Amino acid sequence: MTDVREAIMVGRKSDGTAVRRPLSPHLQVYRPQITSTLSIFHRFTGIGLGVGTLLLVWWLVAAAVSDTAYAAVAWFVGSWLGYLLLFGWTVCLWYHFCNGIRHLGWDFRYGFEVQTLRATGIATLIATAVLTVLTWVIGLLVL
Amino acid sequence: MPTKTPGTSIMRTPLGQMRGLGAARSGTGVWWAQRLTAFALIPLTLWFVCGIIRLAGEPRAVVTHWVAQPWVAALLIALVVATFHHLQLGLQVVIEDYIHAENSRLASLLAMKGAVLLLALLSVIAVLKMAIAPG
Repeated sequence: MTDVREAIMVGRKSDGTAVRRPLSPHLQVYRPQITSTLSIFHRFTGIGLGVGTLLLVWWLVAAAVSDTAYAAVAWFVGSWLGYLLLFGWTVCLWYHFCNGIRHLGWDFRYGFEVQTLRATGIATLIATAVLTVLTWVIGLLVL
Repeated sequence: MPTKTPGTSIMRTPLGQMRGLGAARSGTGVWWAQRLTAFALIPLTLWFVCGIIRLAGEPRAVVTHWVAQPWVAALLIALVVATFHHLQLGLQVVIEDYIHAENSRLASLLAMKGAVLLLALLSVIAVLKMAIAPG
């Protein structure tokens, strides 16, 4: 026992055997809903974008330093892994962008009704898909 | 919160009491900073993505010349500062949510904030170098 609070977590079943009382219900007992799922996506995409900033910093520093350094980052971004990371980064960016605007709406007390939550949630997913495809279509056309 | 006992009066407004006296001992500053950076990042992100698309596949000289324009450098630094400030606020919440042991929580927070600060400084210096001495 590492914590005195553990003492209240011990109980007995009706047949007398000792059991550890369950903790408060967590993710695995709830049916996934659009609200909770999109909320978790927001956190995941935020972390993803945090990892993605490494690529941004590498690109900026390489551009500032030398042609050789820039060639290295350009080679990486142009590789299949670079494209995959960049695509993931684009999805994370637009999702976090759109859902972030949804969050700012809530800060202005807009959109807490269940119907509105569902509608803005679906709109966020559609907007993410549209913006991601648009970014890549324009990006590949420019290339 | 200072408790109000009979016979005493607190010479502070409710807002004054709330500031700096929340559960996290830091009032509303962090919440406000997260929203403010989020708001700033809406136009900055749109501008940056448009800029980066135009630079795709271009040689380094085109990138440095783009950054060398004063308004581009200024917007890039604004983007970097807002991004990394927003990032460290977000990651702080994640760390506080999942790391419960006091020591490892503090260590993770400090390591994360140090790393984010370094990345931000690196980016700002890179932009400044291109803005002041391109080539």
